[in-house]
Parts: sequence; structure tokens; C-alpha cells
Amino acid sequence: MEVKREPLGPAGQGSPNAPLADGPLRVQRLNAEQLLRGGEIEGRNQSAHLKGTELEQYVQERVLTTTLDSAVAWARSNSFFPLAFGLACCAMETFQTAGPRMDIARFGFEAFRASPRQADLIILAGRVSIKMAPIIRRLYDQMLEPKWAISMGACCSSMGVFNNYALVPSDKFMPIDVHVPGCPPRPEALMHGVLKLRKLVQDDPDMGWRERYEAVGTEESP
Amino acid sequence: MSDYRRREQSVTLSPLDEQHDPSDPARQELLTLNFGPHHPATHGVLRLLVTLQGEIVRDLKPIIGYVHTGIEKTAEDKAYWKVIPVIERMDYLSYYFNAMAFCGAVETLAEVEVPRRGQYLRVIHLELNRIASHLIWLGTSALDLGAVSIFLYCLRERELILDLFEMSSGQRMHTRYFQVGGVIEDIPAGFEAKLREFLKIMPERADEYGAILNSNEIVLQRLRGTCPLDAETLLGLGVSGPLLRAAGNPWDLRKADPYSSYQDFKFKIPVGTVGDNYDRFAVRLAEIYESVHIIEQALDGLPEGPCITEDRKIALPPRHELATSMEALIHHFKLVTEGMRVPPGEVYFPIESPRGELACYVRSDGSSKPARVHMRDPSFVNLQALGPMVRGSYIADMIATTAMLDPILGGVDR
Amino acid sequence: MPDATGLELLAAELGDAALETVYFRNRATLVVEASRIRAVLATLRTKGYTFLASVHGVDHYPEEPRLSVIYELLDMSRVDRITVKLRVPVDEPTVPSVTADAPDGSGWPTADHQEREIYDMFGVVFEGHPDLRRILMPEDYEGHPQRRDFPLGGEPVLFTRDEAKWLESRE
Repeated sequence: MEVKREPLGPAGQGSPNAPLADGPLRVQRLNAEQLLRGGEIEGRNQSAHLKGTELEQYVQERVLTTTLDSAVAWARSNSFFPLAFGLACCAMETFQTAGPRMDIARFGFEAFRASPRQADLIILAGRVSIKMAPIIRRLYDQMLEPKWAISMGACCSSMGVFNNYALVPSDKFMPIDVHVPGCPPRPEALMHGVLKLRKLVQDDPDMGWRERYEAVGTEESP
Repeated sequence: MSDYRRREQSVTLSPLDEQHDPSDPARQELLTLNFGPHHPATHGVLRLLVTLQGEIVRDLKPIIGYVHTGIEKTAEDKAYWKVIPVIERMDYLSYYFNAMAFCGAVETLAEVEVPRRGQYLRVIHLELNRIASHLIWLGTSALDLGAVSIFLYCLRERELILDLFEMSSGQRMHTRYFQVGGVIEDIPAGFEAKLREFLKIMPERADEYGAILNSNEIVLQRLRGTCPLDAETLLGLGVSGPLLRAAGNPWDLRKADPYSSYQDFKFKIPVGTVGDNYDRFAVRLAEIYESVHIIEQALDGLPEGPCITEDRKIALPPRHELATSMEALIHHFKLVTEGMRVPPGEVYFPIESPRGELACYVRSDGSSKPARVHMRDPSFVNLQALGPMVRGSYIADMIATTAMLDPILGGVDR
Repeated sequence: MPDATGLELLAAELGDAALETVYFRNRATLVVEASRIRAVLATLRTKGYTFLASVHGVDHYPEEPRLSVIYELLDMSRVDRITVKLRVPVDEPTVPSVTADAPDGSGWPTADHQEREIYDMFGVVFEGHPDLRRILMPEDYEGHPQRRDFPLGGEPVLFTRDEAKWLESRE
């Protein structure tokens, strides 16, 4: 296998005589440092000579500023790890949402984790019976903060088709962020719910379930 | 031959305890482990209490009830046609079959004759649902065995089937398409064309899946020869459907006791020989081709006529009649407010669902609400066979067997 | 299904165990005495009905005896079905279990979970069942849900028109 190293040409700033470590990237970094100091650079990089409003505009076009909170919220919202949890018919529509047509992987949510410790979004897909409710609560408790819950379908949001002794609406034993109606909800509907949750997390991560349910004092101790 | 190769080929797959000293106390200790109800490999919320010796399963107890929805009790409270959406949600992958069993039972009680077009349409939708159910089974089982891409392929085909259901009834799942006396509405224009398109590609796709899985050495090793059970024991346990057919007994209610004009169609029953996991897999895969064949015949021979019974005491009159006929208006009013009245009696109506014998027992006391609806669900009875099947094999075989058993916990728990 | 005469002959053969025969919509039903169910099923097994398809319970409230257990048998070689029914009162709902092998004949292993379900839902106690516990409801649940006098339960439905009142009551 033959390795050839060549200078990049006029766009690159390495000359044939420059050492191999002096690639264009390193020179650019040095120029950037010079730019911030407002100093002079030999020859090429004219932007080092910008001053005042011109410099501000140059920076605005090239640098994105944000607060740490928003950046973290953006990252969190675009990388939900749903818990692979299906109870009944809604689970079939969850499969279809993860399927090729309504691809949940387009949004980055295809990493269905089996272990609640590794998941941050629980999609309650299906009817919650009284035998299953404490188990779901235990799963939810095992998930690490920050965590969100989507109640998919009519059966867990309200009692759905079956208003009887055997079912529990999920609101009664765990806090839910988004309810998705439908019996079962179409993959488009579930996607709408997940994207709504994404918007919720992105825009206002503080308006989580603790604020809405006035659950002061339920934060995990550090 | 190198030393490594010689060692590799001397490894046998016989159970561990034949290779080790059985009197070794470390080998005799039994460990009871709890699988589920939340576990990536269970099909639904099935909890298994497994007693293990090393990695060999010595005993298995399924614990169910985690999706118990009280469907049967809810059904007692509703008029007959309102029971249909409730009862459809029982075995949630074969919703048309649930509706068929219930409608068949009520039709027997009320002595209602379903017109031939209605019967053929029912057969088309039932067989489409059978293919859809087998596709999900194939996808999730392959997922359990490690062949992940098959899951996405099967979902792609199922989308086509769900499109067809949406075309005929407006809903993808739990469609309330079957009503007592026939089907609620005739198929729209374009349904036949789309269905023929689907029927053309489905056998090719099934060939693909068979080819992929049959050349996957891991899947073959995990399925061939694992957890066989003979037909005698299965019959004693009440198992029916593809599990029984895999063991060699060609019992299929569509052939033995035809309902809804299945006797008009020519199709074969795939039967296995050994009754191990590979046979269960092969039987279900072959059933997909047979279902395609049945739908083709039904579509070719689709008779003209009404798709629901003309008896106005059972089925709603068509809307245009309400403007002209007083009787139609009265019938419509009575049916919508009170519901149909069914003569008193008890009926047990069995059909062949993708998992076995699905039957509906309806007891009527003459009023407009059923007095008792019981669904004999095949998964509930088939689950009893899981214990005898996996005794003496590895945990991995248990996972493969649970996948091949195809339990649907909605039906198990009702 | 055995036709009406076949059913009568069968009932005659079972003697006093058979209380009643019903022939309805081309289906044959034998109503038998609860304590003799094992013998009846064993006789039917010799007649060819080797497949026990279903065991389920019914509550006939308000007729007495209230609870009944229904056994659906199938003869695969002749494609023949027959139903065997027995009735027990609520205050003494004991029925011999047909699951396990016993000195009076071999059992029907398929009845295992199904009898547990009838016990859970109706309260019928099956004597001789290897493991009679609740199967669908939680182990410590009280009551037998599918009895007709058990309330359906459920949550009250909150309509929009009641929302203001509900919010008030929360304050």
C-alpha cells in the first residue's frame, strides 16, 4: 500500500518546504488565534484586519452562540432512546412506526433499548392492567433522569374502549408528558406525539412533569 | 487437519450434563430465574419462571395476566354489534379472526345466512390478516434469533396489507369490517387492482425471506432439532394450529369443518415431520403462500350480490332506503338504539386462526346484549405446551421456542 | 355433532350421570352431574372424542344453580363436536378437576390453565387440580370478576361539561 502525501494546493497553506505536521488545519487554527487577538498575520488571511462592526458581522456569520441549557436541550430532544416496551395492539403500531415507511430513525429515535437504565423515553403502548401497573411504575423508577413518558393510545391515556375493573389509566400511577389518542394511533399520530415531546424538551425543558404536576421534592438526591 | 480444527469438530451439541459428572454438586443446584414481564425477547408481557440447572431449563412456569383487560365482561354490557370492536382487540394481531368467530356465533344463534359475496370478502380479509400476522411473527422471531433485517422487511410488507385494510374499511387495525350478517361495506374501486399487485409481489418477498433465513447458519442451528414435541402430547395439551401441523397432524378447520365458503377454495395444508422449531417456522412460512393462493381464488371467483344479509332485523338498511321505506326507518331506529335481538341459546363457533383453533362461545338470553361471551383463545391453550417443549434444553432454545410458539398475550389474557 | 338420536343414545349409555340433552342449531349438549364429570369425559374419550377444545365457565344469574362449567369435546377423525355441561350452585362450587391423571382415568392436561381461569373469574373450585391459583387477576385480588353480580368497575368519564365542577371539587 503506497501512501502519498501532497500539499492541498492554493487553498491549503502548506508549502512544499513546510514540515508534514504543518497541515492547513494547524495554520488555520493559528490564524484564528491571531484573529481573536486582533493581530497581524503574514500575508494571506485578510480577515485578521477587520475591525469593529465588520469584525462582529464576520463572526456572526460564522459562529453560533447559545446557552449551555439550550444546547443540552437540543441534544437531548434529538436523541431519545425509547424503551422497547409494548403491551398490546399499540405495540404493533409502534413496530410500524419503527418500520421502513414511517421511519422513526429519521429523527434519531431508533435506538430502542431493552434496559430501562439505558432508556429515557417510555412509550406506554397498550392497555395497562392492574397487574402490570406496579411493574411499569418500577420500570419508570429505574429509568434515569431526565426521562419522559408518552402514553400511546386511548387505553392508557384514558380507559379507552374498556372502561372496567381490569384497567388503570396511566395518569394514576406515573407522570405522563404526552398523550397520543387513537385506537391504535396511526404511525403518523405517534410520530406527531413524539415530535411534540421533542419540541417540549427543546423549547422548555423546565416545563417538565414536575412543574405541571406540582411534584416538588421528587427530584433524585445527588 | 490442524489441532484447532480437530477440536472444533469434536464439540457436540448434546446437553451439558452428559459431558459433566452428574454427581458434581455444583451441577445439581437449581436456580429459579424470572423472565419478564418486561424482557426484550418475550412476545408481549409474558412472565416465565424458569428453573435452571446450569443453563439447562428443568422446569418452566408461565405467569400471565399482565394484559388482562376484562374483555369478556365488557362484552356482556354492550349490544351485539358493539361487542365487535371490543372483541376484536383480544388477539390483537388477528383482529378479523376474532370478529369472525363472534359474528359466526351470533349468526348461528340468530340463524342468519351470510350472502356469498360477504363470505368471499370475509375470506379475502381473513387470509390477508393471516399473512399480516405471520409477517409480524416472522419479523419478531427473526429479531429474537438475531436476524434483525427481516423485521424491517416484514414490516414493509405489512404496510401494504394495512393499506389494503384501510382502503376497504378506513382503519388499519381493529377495523370493525365484519358485522353480524356479512361485511359492513363493499370493497371500493381500486381495491382489487391494489390487491392483485400485492398478490404478485408477496410470494417473491416470501421467497426472499425464506432464502435469507434458510441460508443463515445461526438461525438454522438454533431452530433445527430444538425442542421437539410429538403430536400425541400436543393433542393432550389441546394445542392446535401450526404447532400441531408442524408435528405432523394435518388438522386444519378450514379443511375439516369449513365455514364461510372455505370449501370453494383449493389449497394445501403445510405439515411438518419432526415437530421441532424449524418445522414450526417452515409451516408458517409455507402458509403465507397458501393464503396468497386462497385470496387469488376468492378474488377471481368473487360473486355479485349483497355483502351483508338482507334481514333488516340484523343488519342496518342502506341509507337510501331510509328516505322511502317506513319499515327501514323503524328497523334502523331499533337497531341503533336497542340493538338486534338474538334468540336465547348457546353456541360455540370455532375457526382456524393463525395460531390455532379460535372459538367464540356466545350465550344469549333473548335480549339485545349477550349474556356471556367467551373466546377460546389458541395462544392461551398453546402456552401450556411451552413447559413440556423446553424441558431439557438451553435458555437460548427456550427463547427460540417462545418465538416459534407465537403467543399473543392479548389473547392469552383477554 | 352427533345428530339428535345419536345424542339420545349417548345419554342413555351414560345412565344417570346425564341429566339432560339439548340439541340446538345442530349442536349437541349433554348436561351432566357435576361429581361424575371425570367418568363422563372418560366414556366420551372411548367413543372417540379425544380432543378437549375448551373448558369455560358461565354465570347464569339469576337462575339457580348459577355457575356452570362447559367442556367442548372434538372428535378429530369424524369431525364431530359435543358439549358437556355441568351446573353448580354458588355456595358450593366444587367440581372435580379433569386436569391430572387420577385413579379413575387419565386426565386432560389442556384443562390446567383453563380451570384456573374459571376459578379466578367465577370462583368454581376444582378439586384435585395440581395448582389452583389465580391466573389472570393479581394473586391477592378479592372477588370473582366475571360473576354477573360483580360490578363492571372502571373510571368515571370526565366530560368537558363537568370539567369546571371537577376542578372546583379539587380545590
